[in-house]
Order: sequence, then structure tokens, then C-alpha cells
Amino acid sequence: MVRLFGPLVGLFFAVALLWSFGNGAYTAIKEPAPATAEHEFHLHPKDVKFASDGPFGKFDKQQLQRGFQVYKEVCSTCHSMRHVAFRDLAELGYSEAEVKAIAKQWGTKQPTFDEKTGERGERDNIPSDYIPVVYYAGQGVPPDLSLITKARHNGGAYVYSLLTGYQEQPAELLKKFPDAKTPDGLYYNPYFANLNLAMPQPIASDDQVAYADGTKATVDQMSKDVAAFLIWAAEPKQDKRKQTGWAVLGFLLAATVLAYLAKKNVWADKKAA
Amino acid sequence: MSFAWANEYKPSNGLMQWLDEKLPLPRFVYNAVGAGYPVPRNLNYMWNFGVLAGFCLVLQIVTGVILAMHYAPNALVAFDSTEHIMRDVNWGWMLRYAHANGASAFFVVVYLHIFRGFFYSSYKAPREMIWLLGVVIFLLMMATAFMGYVLPWGQMSFWGAKVITGLFGAIPVVGEPLQVWLLGGFAPDNAALNRFFSLHFLLPFVIAGVIILHIWALHIPGSSNPTGVEVKQESDTVPFHPYYTAKDGFGLGVFLLIYCAVLFFAPNALGHPDNYIPANPLSTPAHIVPEWYFWPFYAILRAFTYDFFFIPAKLMGVLAMFGAILVWFFLPWLDTSPVRSGHYRPLFRKFFWFGLIPAMAVLFYCGGAPAQEPYVMLSQLASLYYFAHFLIILPIVSSIEKPEPLPFSITEAVLGKDESAVLNANPAAA
Repeated sequence: MVRLFGPLVGLFFAVALLWSFGNGAYTAIKEPAPATAEHEFHLHPKDVKFASDGPFGKFDKQQLQRGFQVYKEVCSTCHSMRHVAFRDLAELGYSEAEVKAIAKQWGTKQPTFDEKTGERGERDNIPSDYIPVVYYAGQGVPPDLSLITKARHNGGAYVYSLLTGYQEQPAELLKKFPDAKTPDGLYYNPYFANLNLAMPQPIASDDQVAYADGTKATVDQMSKDVAAFLIWAAEPKQDKRKQTGWAVLGFLLAATVLAYLAKKNVWADKKAA
Repeated sequence: MSFAWANEYKPSNGLMQWLDEKLPLPRFVYNAVGAGYPVPRNLNYMWNFGVLAGFCLVLQIVTGVILAMHYAPNALVAFDSTEHIMRDVNWGWMLRYAHANGASAFFVVVYLHIFRGFFYSSYKAPREMIWLLGVVIFLLMMATAFMGYVLPWGQMSFWGAKVITGLFGAIPVVGEPLQVWLLGGFAPDNAALNRFFSLHFLLPFVIAGVIILHIWALHIPGSSNPTGVEVKQESDTVPFHPYYTAKDGFGLGVFLLIYCAVLFFAPNALGHPDNYIPANPLSTPAHIVPEWYFWPFYAILRAFTYDFFFIPAKLMGVLAMFGAILVWFFLPWLDTSPVRSGHYRPLFRKFFWFGLIPAMAVLFYCGGAPAQEPYVMLSQLASLYYFAHFLIILPIVSSIEKPEPLPFSITEAVLGKDESAVLNANPAAA
């Protein structure tokens, strides 16, 4: 039975596949897929190094603090960070009092609701609160930034490239794709998947933030710092993870060597294959 | 069961003797994976993966049960509870990465285990039942992994669930009501997430049950071996313990080194970034791709792009995708060559290394690539070969092939000579 029906089933699938293949090949030759501006002008993130890169990488806390400052003063106007709590900022090297102060001074307050009177109000943030969600009224939907560097391929470099990638639409693009002109209210950026995004260049000029540690606040520096901060925000436990990893690998390596010697010892009197 | 020369369990003290009389559990273990199970002495490292697969299942159950203590299967909070595990639960990040990468490790190990079965024809008599149960385990693993990937409720979770449950919609007449019934709604939502969580928790224990049957069935004929020549005598075997426990111990060490290197230094390398974006039914990702271990079958699904007579392309794709695995059930009867090991099958070997393996590699690559040319055409050719290999080539090869001479016994294959072979070949000389 199997030997009778097997080849028949095989032929059935084979012919159906050839049918699809033939039709597909015909279409591919007759009407090849048109080139698109996204396909030709989209760029992969720039090659940029972060202190936390690689198995030996560690966060540069000074840089994370600067990046947090950029987030607070620039990005947080529109972008939420709902998975990060104020208490988490202690990991950037802030003292307890500093964390308290940051929470207290945060622009968006925590909403309150009195169940007895039905009154709604506001109170200051405290360290155990999560960074309040921003309600954005403008055009577009600014994504939450807590996981952005994990939600994009090569996320840290992507954020840095996007922030420093704003430019005039290339003349070559317009010549080739006259319909692909950046619409009003959008901005051309080759690092963005469809080339035009609703966010105006957020970090536009040097010294947009005043760094407390004396680092020169160039556009490049600020972009890199905030990208580093967002890498931290997406996975604050990264340093701990790598540190644990080395201990685990060290142990496993020793255990595996012992296991190999044990295996050799056990098999010493028997020839295997 | 087992061979006449198998060691017999002897309780080492009064307590064990007492236990052996009441509930002979130590005797059972001794006969299953101890010194009481004689195993061919010539097993190579390809025979390590069964034990490793068992290890992966235990790893997944242990990490999974703890994750379930912190996870909330509700569409409103599932994504946030996953992040809560990553950020606030003690060692939660390690548990979740261990579980997510553990699924990948499980599939790596099982694919190698299946590859071993293909090359050495482990599916042939008298081991058909072991193979059939193995395919059942693989299908259960796929279902479990798919439902597990939905639980974090990210973009790929949601859209993956939508695409895969949409496959049932391709079934004529009952398809659409069936899809709605399975999902508990018109699109994946809370009802779907809840039942997926429930089943994702249940199925691993079903897998454990089928594994017990798989091992039980294995112990009746005993393990196969790289020559494919059956065990004839005591000198062909060694006791499982300590010989193979020692060898599996080393294999486990190597496996853990690779697995932990990924877990601690590239934990997101095998996942898709989109799954760190919360599920949004209104925004379709540019490319919906399943986890890597489904890629070959996903490529087969997408290879059918044109309706075939009255059969819609989508239904053809669904039939082919399930058919691609179901065909494994028939392998013991499609491959009729009496020789098991690929080492002694020159023609089979050629089609295996230059046909099946490249076709699988192409399907794997194309399944992860976007659905555009040339990937679609490549996967059509590779799928064609895939079906032709199992259903047409294999039966023909096994009937026309002239196998190379087999060794008389495992002992001869290992030591170069076997006293009993000489006796058998020339009885007069004895």
C-alpha cells in the first residue's frame, strides 16, 4: 500500500510545486517586481561601539547618566519608558537621595483617585513609581523606549544612526523615484525602514543639554549617550548576565574536562568504534 | 527484553533488598539506564542526542514551571509580566533566557537525533515503533513550542498565532468555523492566550509520557548502532553504565558549554526583535517569520503560490507542510533496503548528502527569508526534491542499490576480527 500510494502522493506534490514554480518564473520574467526607494536607499545602522558591547563589555555609568539626562530633557517630552521605575536609576550610580529628587522633580505627576470623595488629583513621583506614561497629542505614535534597542536589529547602533541620520532627501532618489518625495510633516532619514518618519530631528544642535561632568555635548556625543542609556533600559541586568556567564562557563569547562577524563578512564579497557 | 548476558540487579544492602521486594524501582533503573542494559559497543557521538533531548525536556519543565509562577496569561498584562520577570524577579532574566534558548537547544538536539535516524535508518524493523513514537514526540514539541512563543504576547507572538491558526481556515467547509472555535474568537485574543498557556503547560508532560513509551519500545530490540548489524553476542555490547553514562556525561558537558555561551552572551540572537514590541492587532510586521526551528516547514507552506486545479494554493501549502512531517511516519515502509547504515549504502548516501541535506538547508534558509524571489522559487525546487526524495527516490534506491559488504558482527567492525566469525565461516576448521 505504502509503496503504491507513496510515489503517487510524491508526484502530486511535485507536479503542484512545478505548477507554482512555472507560474512564478513566468511572472518573475514577465513583470519583475519594481524597484522601490526603500529597497535602494535604506541603510543599515552605522558601525558604532558601546562600552557594553561583547562578552566582556560593561556599562559606562557616567555615560548612562548623561544618556538619562538626554532622555529626560529631550526624548521624554514624547516618548514613554513604562518598564523603567525611578528606583532602577540607582543602577546608574545615583544615590538614594538623588533618585528621590529625580522622581519628585519629574514633570509628569502620578494621577490619584480618592475613592471616598471621587476626586481626581496628582501627586509627586516616588522611587517605587514607574516613569509616568506620556500622552502624546501630535501626529504619529511615539513608541515606548524601554525596549527599543531590543526591538530593533542592532538596536543601540540603530538609535544612534537614526538620531544622527537626518538629512536632505538625496537628489538621486527624487530623480529615480519622483513619487517618493518626503511628504509634508515627515522627515527623511535613510536609517528608518520606510525612509520618512514623523519625528523631527530631536537632537539638532550642540549643547542642547548641559552635561554636568564636563563632557562636550556634541550632537554625536548626545546621540551616543542616549543610545547607551537605552541599551541599559532595555536590559538593566546585562552586566550581571555576562558576569554570571563567565563563572558558569568556567565551571562547565572544568566539569567537561573531568567528564572527558572519566570517559577515557572508563573506556580504557574496551576498544570502541 | 534485553540480552541473555545482561547483568542482573543485586541489591547491595538490606534496605535495597527490602525496596526491591516491595517496589523494584532501583532494579527498573538498573535495567533501563544502568549496568543491566547491554548496548552496542560501537556507538559514535551521534548516539548522544537522545539523552541530551531528555535533558532538554527536564530543563524546559523546570524553568517553565518557575516562569509560570510569575507570568500572567492575560492579554492585558502578559507582555508586562514577561518584562517583570526580566527586570524584577530574582534571576528571572536567566530563567526566561534559559527557557527561550532551551527551546532552541531542544530542537537542535532533536534535529540531530532525527538526522541520526535518517542516516543510519534507525526506523527500520525491528525499531519502527520507536521511530513512530519519535515522530509523535516531534509533532508534540512543535505544538508546544508554537504555543510557548505566543505567551510573551509580542508582535511575532500575535501574528505568528494568527498565521498558524489561519492555516486551519484553509480546510474546506469546516475551516473557518474550526479556526474561530480553536481561537475562541475571530482573532487571537485573551481566550486564545489562555488556552495556549494551559496547553503549553500540559503538553510537556504528554511529551514526557510518550518519551517513556519511546524508551520502552527501544529496550525491546535494544539500541541500533553505526554498522546497522544487529547484536549477536556478548562481545558486541558493553553495559550502559558506566560506559555510556560516562560518554553521555562528556556529551552533556559539551552541550552545556555551547548552550550557556548562547544563553549568557547572545540570548536574543535566535529570537526576533519584533517580539519585544507589544502585540498590536492593527499593525502587521513587515515580515512575519516563525522561530528558526520552523523555517523548513514554513518554506514548504509558502512554496505553493498558485491554485492547483480546484485546490487553493493555501490548502496545498497546508497539506504539504503537514505532509512533510507525516511522510516520516511511512519511512520504515518506503525504505525497503535490508541494510540499515548509510555507511554501506553507496547510492542512498549520494542522495542523502547531495540531495536531502542541501534541500533541507535551502528550505531552512528560505523559510527565514522574506516571501519574495528568488527565495520562493528556491523553496519550490527544494520542496519538490524533499517530497521526491522520501516518496519516489528512496523506494527506488532501496530496490536497485547494491549495498557494500557488511561486517560479520559489531565485534569484527570494532576489533578487525571476530573469533566466532571464523568459526562460522569455516566450521570444518574448528
